[in-house]
Amino acid sequence: MDKFIKLTGIVAPLDRADVDTDQIIPKQFLKRVERTGFGQFLFWDWRYLAGGEPNPEFVLNQPPYKGATILLARKNFGCGSSREHAPWALLDYGFRVIIAPSFADIFYNNCFQNGILPISLEESAVDALFAKAAPGGYKLTVDLENCRLEDASGLNLSFTIDPNRREMLMSGLDEIGMTLRFEPEISRWEAARGVV
Amino acid sequence: MTARTLLDKIWDDHVVKREPGRPDLLYIDLHLLHEVTSPQAFDGLRRANRHVRRPQLTFATMDHNVPTEPEKRFRKIEEIEDEVSRRQLATLAENCREFGITLFDQHHELNGVVHIIGPELGLTQPGKTIVCGDSHTATHGALGALAFGIGTSEVEHVLATQCLWQAKPKTMQIRVSGRLPAGVSAKDLILAIIGRIGTGGATGFAVEYTGEAIEDLSIEGRLTVCNMTIEAGARVGLVAPDEKTIAYLKGRLYAPKGADFERAAEKWLALGTDPGARYDRTVEFEAGELAPQVTWGTNPGMVVPVTGRVPDPDKMPTQVEKEAARRALEYMGLVPGTPITDIPVDCVFIGSCTNGRIEDLREAARVVRGRKVKEGVRALVVPGSQAVKRQAEAEGLDRVFKEAGFSWRESGCSMCLAMNADVLAPGERAASTSNRNFEGRQGRLSRTHLVGPAMAAAAAVAGHFVDVRTWLS
Repeated sequence: MDKFIKLTGIVAPLDRADVDTDQIIPKQFLKRVERTGFGQFLFWDWRYLAGGEPNPEFVLNQPPYKGATILLARKNFGCGSSREHAPWALLDYGFRVIIAPSFADIFYNNCFQNGILPISLEESAVDALFAKAAPGGYKLTVDLENCRLEDASGLNLSFTIDPNRREMLMSGLDEIGMTLRFEPEISRWEAARGVV
Repeated sequence: MTARTLLDKIWDDHVVKREPGRPDLLYIDLHLLHEVTSPQAFDGLRRANRHVRRPQLTFATMDHNVPTEPEKRFRKIEEIEDEVSRRQLATLAENCREFGITLFDQHHELNGVVHIIGPELGLTQPGKTIVCGDSHTATHGALGALAFGIGTSEVEHVLATQCLWQAKPKTMQIRVSGRLPAGVSAKDLILAIIGRIGTGGATGFAVEYTGEAIEDLSIEGRLTVCNMTIEAGARVGLVAPDEKTIAYLKGRLYAPKGADFERAAEKWLALGTDPGARYDRTVEFEAGELAPQVTWGTNPGMVVPVTGRVPDPDKMPTQVEKEAARRALEYMGLVPGTPITDIPVDCVFIGSCTNGRIEDLREAARVVRGRKVKEGVRALVVPGSQAVKRQAEAEGLDRVFKEAGFSWRESGCSMCLAMNADVLAPGERAASTSNRNFEGRQGRLSRTHLVGPAMAAAAAVAGHFVDVRTWLS
C-alpha cells in the first residue's frame, strides 16, 4: 500500500448525497478476480450514456476536473454494499482523498485498507468547498501529518481522524503482518476456548 | 458487576488483545465466504505465502452469480455461459480446495444464499462473532450473534489471523412496542424504521431491536429485520436470544447436540441485555399503526405506506433532500402526488437474503393461491436456499406459484443484484422483496420498489400495487 503523508490536488465536486457503492462500481464489474483495473468502470452508469459515449453532464467528464485526486461529495458517501471494489475503483481512477459530511462505515474502513483518506467535515465546511471547487481547477492541499486542509486563498481547516488509522496510512503498513505479531495472544485465546 | 448490553457481552468475550487508545483485536468464530468478495483475499494470501488459520471456522457458498434456471443450474461450472461468472465461481472452488475450506457449491444440496444458509445450517449461533464480505451479514444478529459485513482486505485478514481490529460501535436500542397488524410484515416494519431514521441514521451504531413486536416476530421475521439494518447505516443488528431462538436451532446440522445443546442454550439465554444496562441512544416505535410499505425512490429510506402518495420534492425539509428526491423521481419515472396503488409493475421478484425464507414464500403463496399473474407481468420466485426450495415443494407452494404463472427457480441472489441472468430491462419497473432500490441495482435504468412478500405477490396479480390487507380480510 502506498504511504499517504501530504497531497496537493484538483478537487472534483460530486454534488450528490447517499452515493452508494452500486453507483461507484456497478455489479457487472464485480466479477474480476483482481484488485486492479477497476478505475475504467468507476461511476459507470453516470459517466457513460447508454451508447457507451461519455456523458458530458457528469462532473468527471468535464475538462476542469481532469486529473482530480480529491473527490468532494455529500452525506453518507459509500452506503450500501460492502464491495471493496468501490475504493479499488476510486483509487485506480486516481482519487486518494474523499471529503464528505459523513461516510458509511464499511466503505470508510475499506478506504484505509487501500491508502485512501476519507475526511468528514461539517456540512458548512463542505458547502464552502463545493463553492470553491465549482468553477474547476481548484487545488487543495491535504496534510495528513498535521491533519490540515489548505489552499492558495488562505483556507486553513483542521480535520480529525483516528490516530491508529492515520499511522496506518502514513506508514503504508500491512495490517496482517502487524496482527501476526500477536500470534501468542491469539493462540492463548484459542486454547482457552478449545478452538483447534 | 455492571449491567451489560447484549453487544457488551459478546464483545467482551472475544477480545484477544486490548490496548488503550487502539481498536480491540476481536476473535472471529465464523467466517462466511462467497465468490464475489473473496478472490482477491485468497490471492493476497498466496502472494504473502500465508495460510488460512482456521479453515474449520470458514464456510463458503456460491450465490451471487449462480444461474437460477433449473436447466442451467446443474451444468458444470465450465458450462456457465457468462465467462466472468464462470471464472469467479471456478476461482472460489479452486481456492476452497487449495486452502481446505468447506464449500457448498451450486450443485450441493446445502447450497443457498450465504445469509440464508448460515442460520438454516445452525452455523449461526447466539454469542458468536460472524463476519462475511457482504454488508447483509447483519442478518445473523437475529439469533443473537455479533455479525457484520467486511471488505475484502478484512476477509484476507480474517483468513490469515481469524481476528479483526475493531473499534466498538455505540449502541442504539430500537424498541418496537405493540403488535404488527394483520397483513403487515417484518419487512414493512424495517422499511418504516429506515424511512424514519434515514439511510445514515444508525451509522456508527450497533442496533439492538427490543420490545413486544420484536419478541412477537418469528426467527425468520427477525432475520428480515436484522438483514436490512445496514440500510439504516448500522453494520450490526441484534435481537436477544429467547426460547424461539433455542427452538429454531435445536436439531440443525451444525448446532450442538444432546447435553452440549442444553448447556449452550443455557448460556445463550443469559446473553440478553441486563436490566439497567445503558444504550447510547434509544428510538421508540409503535407497531400497531403500521401499514404495508412501498419505496418510491432510489434508496430504502425513500418509503411511504401503500395508502400514501408519491411525495413532492418541494416539501422536503432541506435543499440536499429536495435535490435527492427530484433526482429519484426523475429516475423512477414518477409524478408527485400519484397514489402508490396507481403505480403499475412490469416484473415481480420474490426472494433474496431479506425475504427468501420459507415463511416468506408461504406468505406470498397465501396471496397467490387461486389467482393468476396479470398478463404482461413477469414474475419469479427464487428460494433463498435449496433447502427452502425442497421445503416449499414438499408443501406444494411451487405448484401454487407455477399455476398462477410465476417462474419457479433454483436458489441464489438472482435479481436482488442481477449479477446472473435475472436482470430488468432499462425502464422496467419491479416490485421486489429484496433490500436495495439503488439506481441500476436490478439492471441498467431499472426501477425497483421494495416491498414485503405478500405485497409483491399481490402486485403480480393486480399488475400494480395494492393494499394487500384488503385481500386478506
